[in-house]
Amino acid sequence: MSTQDPSLSDSRRREQSITIAPLEEQLGERAERTGDGTSQELLTLNFGPHHPATHGVLRLLVTLQGEIVRSVKPIIGYVHTGIEKTAEDKSYWKVIPVIERMDYLAYFFNALAFCGAVETLLGLEVPKRAQYLRVIHLELNRIASHLFWLGTSALDLGAISMFWYSLREREQIVDLFEMSSGQRMHTRYFQVGGVIEDIPPGFAAKVREFTSIMPARIDQYEDLLRENEIVLQRLRGTGRVDGAELLSLGVTGPLLRAAGNPWDLRKAEPYSSYGDFDFKIPVGTVGDNYDRFACRLAEMRESVQIVEQALAGLPEGPFITEDRKVALPPRHELATSMEALIHHFKLVTEGFRVAPGEVYFPVESPRGELGCFVRSDGSSKPARVHMRDPSFVNLQAFSRMAEGGYIADMIATLAMLDPILGGIDR
Amino acid sequence: MPDASELELIARELRAAEGGGEAASGSPVLDTVFFRGRATLIVEPDHIGTVLRRLRARGYAFLASVHGVDYYPHEPRFGVLYELLDMERVERITVKLRLAGAGPQVDSVTDEWPTANHQEREIFDMFGVRFGGHPDLRRILMPEDYEGHPLRRDFPLGGEPVLFTYNEDETLGSPA
Repeated sequence: MSTQDPSLSDSRRREQSITIAPLEEQLGERAERTGDGTSQELLTLNFGPHHPATHGVLRLLVTLQGEIVRSVKPIIGYVHTGIEKTAEDKSYWKVIPVIERMDYLAYFFNALAFCGAVETLLGLEVPKRAQYLRVIHLELNRIASHLFWLGTSALDLGAISMFWYSLREREQIVDLFEMSSGQRMHTRYFQVGGVIEDIPPGFAAKVREFTSIMPARIDQYEDLLRENEIVLQRLRGTGRVDGAELLSLGVTGPLLRAAGNPWDLRKAEPYSSYGDFDFKIPVGTVGDNYDRFACRLAEMRESVQIVEQALAGLPEGPFITEDRKVALPPRHELATSMEALIHHFKLVTEGFRVAPGEVYFPVESPRGELGCFVRSDGSSKPARVHMRDPSFVNLQAFSRMAEGGYIADMIATLAMLDPILGGIDR
Repeated sequence: MPDASELELIARELRAAEGGGEAASGSPVLDTVFFRGRATLIVEPDHIGTVLRRLRARGYAFLASVHGVDYYPHEPRFGVLYELLDMERVERITVKLRLAGAGPQVDSVTDEWPTANHQEREIFDMFGVRFGGHPDLRRILMPEDYEGHPLRRDFPLGGEPVLFTYNEDETLGSPA
């Protein structure tokens, strides 16, 4: 062998000494001999953490046999920022901004899960108007989140223009959020006991402008994608997992509904006045990627309807609880009322105290059951905040969905899973 | 949610099923808590597998979430909470167990509830609770070589050394 050739450099000799024969021996029975006598070896491929198709900082260890995925191992934690730990050191109302940064496309849902848990601990009644305002923002947020999913997923399938179209509509929604709260993302609009401010004049008209245009836009998306040859070939029949298995893996949300299980917390355990609205739950039939895609598109239509109903039926009244021990007094009272000034001072410096207890409060986020567990020890800071993030749990089903399929379909499956790494890693 | 009386019925049924009757020792259910319309069963850690199995037979077939809690400075220090859900009747029940501060360990429930896999790993990572029989008990969010369990209450907040600051003083030199 030429490895003994003294004229070669060290590195060249080492390079030439490498042979794949021992690797093939290791494969043993797994190596299937094909007709021409060449063997198929397993290839372990590292995917990520930085990869545009992973929708965040997700790393996948993929074992391939040819183009077939034999095993996938998701490795997470790259954007872990210790938000739960941070929350333990902040008074309740200051936790809301950090909580919102977990699942960064569904910030209103994070805030609602936390506020709902604290309100339950306090035994606090949220005024009807606040509940409706929350629903308007939640459903707009759901549409925005699904739009972002639609754009990036289409991008993964090779359709770039869909990204601009869906981001165009999402832009309209974040403009609405900016109008009502001053922020486009992570708005801190939801407060314990209600919302921070009433909607400004002209907001309702702007929302109606959006809801009147949105159904036609969804029609356009469907015209573009629904019967598109490439979309059908990439999505139909791929990543298929049945409902019973999804349930055992804890999967909820559009992924479960795509498999035909109409489980939606908005209908099953209505919170924040969802019982007042008339809407349908879109379900799929077989639970493949195409059903997941179709379910989310149909959900956007229903969300538009909920927003319209909530706006039409928006009751008069306070937008935040009038319990001064929890909610800030109106600005004008500070100039005239000593008591209001004391309440304001107490709330801003220390925050409100919550009696000891433990509560788990689940809501239906765009990705499934988002639950917030809060333990209070009687002080003004939560003793434990834990977010049951749907992406974190749903990711466990990913290897089941992707194994046995092509590597190209794995990317489509990941897009249809819609994981948000900010929520997974927290 | 089961109401307070139904919670007591479930607790009694679980106690009777273990054959211990109302005897204090060996009873799987230590206590029941009904708070803000939410039902919680506090169980003996050794019985967690059987209790969850019996609750599943009653209809609580979906494990929605598993939380870890540190009750420091109280003993038993750690808590693990299992949020069960009955999707037919839309009822939730929480099963809670407490573990001693030294060497907290409990049986894993991943065999019967595959969804607990990631969540048990998270609790191991954050609190150092070991789950016996877990197929892959490794850190999940923190780096593999990380020392300590950050969500413990006695773990300090902040002051986390960052990879590139270990020789900050040398590289920056003395401030002018």
